[in-house]
Amino acid sequence: MNTSPGTGAKCEVLFTVNGEAKKLFVHPMERLLDVLRNDLKLTGAKEGCGEGECGSCSILLDGMLVNSCLVPVAQASGASIVTIEGMSAHALMNPLQEAFLECGGAQCGICTPGMILAAVYLLEKKPEPAPADIREGLAGNLCRCTGYMQIFEAVSKAARRRVTK
Amino acid sequence: MRSDPAEYKLVSPGNLPAVLSLLAGEPAQWLPIAGGTDVMVLYSAGKLPNRKLINIWNILELRQIEVSPDRIRIGAACTYTALRRHDIVSREFPLLAMAASWTGGIANQNRGTLGGNIANASPAADSLPALLAYEAELTLISVRGERRVAYRNFHTGYKQTVLAADELIRDISLPRRFSGYLWYARKVGARNAQAISKVCLAALGQISDGTIRDVRLALGSVAPIPLRLNKTEHALTGKKIEPSLIDTARKMVVTEIQPIDDIRSTARYRAAVAGNLVAEFLERLATERKNA
Repeated sequence: MNTSPGTGAKCEVLFTVNGEAKKLFVHPMERLLDVLRNDLKLTGAKEGCGEGECGSCSILLDGMLVNSCLVPVAQASGASIVTIEGMSAHALMNPLQEAFLECGGAQCGICTPGMILAAVYLLEKKPEPAPADIREGLAGNLCRCTGYMQIFEAVSKAARRRVTK
Repeated sequence: MRSDPAEYKLVSPGNLPAVLSLLAGEPAQWLPIAGGTDVMVLYSAGKLPNRKLINIWNILELRQIEVSPDRIRIGAACTYTALRRHDIVSREFPLLAMAASWTGGIANQNRGTLGGNIANASPAADSLPALLAYEAELTLISVRGERRVAYRNFHTGYKQTVLAADELIRDISLPRRFSGYLWYARKVGARNAQAISKVCLAALGQISDGTIRDVRLALGSVAPIPLRLNKTEHALTGKKIEPSLIDTARKMVVTEIQPIDDIRSTARYRAAVAGNLVAEFLERLATERKNA
């Protein structure tokens, strides 16, 4: 075994992204965020902090909400990945998008893909969230524009609308 | 300066014996990586000393929670989310379930692991005081075999532990004998989620006829290691909770901790808050007596 540094070889990684099978030849420690943005040109996930604080790189990895800046691509081998680009047909998307528009839940838009994914992840588990559930569900997503209240309102409105439909 | 992925190795042996033989083959060279919530932060910042990493996220036996009549055995790579969703953890180990809910946001709870929190050995880690209060025992494994270590003896200094270079934490075992205790958990930080604690307390107590029968006090962020307050506990045991006892406890707490000034808080603030949290816990314990 080669023990010196600087010897990381590329490897083959297979996974599905938004339902499409992908085969990549990458360094195993490349961040999943960079592979999605640079190799697959899926730029919906953003880099905010690069250290798991801000949630703007959120994706769903095998159904779990994760920060893609903290996932080495080799750990996504065999996984099913969903990014914001893959959400357009999701039943929660129309209610969420409408509510975000009506409530002013999006301004500069950098946090929005992560906020939407965190909201979907929450609403799939708790279709009728209490205000405290919404705050907890979105606590890992930072927004420097809205002051959060509009976003919380939007998620609450989307949930109510979906439940009454 | 961001790290160059080409300079790093990451291998996924997929089973525990292979992981252990890599660790043993070149001790201190390989770094295990589970959910990456600490390792990847260092890596991204160009501050990760190891160039060779072993993926343990896909080792399923590290992700199990086994329940027996007298113990619960938590695989080291169990996530905070897995802990929060586990029925016995939520019911019998509320200090741990609560600490799991404090640790980062949901996305980090989906990836961060209890074993990772222990191995990272930050004195500010939220889940570690709970493990001290519950008398956790760790199973450490290597190609040489396995050994059990009382968690209270695991940390030896700031970011120093008894974990040998070829060892891995396999599980964290907790005795199921604290469900009758009154519990108290409080984190003081700038923000609930994502903010690292200024001080946090995990406490357990048992009281009868107004007298403290047993008490466990464990604090985070007030010393180089997560700290159990042995002297204060000893001074409280067998005593009736009265205002004078609470005052004594508050003073004693300050003598047992070694808080520092840092970016998150000051030593003076931490000492005052640590005393206040213990006092608040004792007041709750006293109220419990009146309710009983």
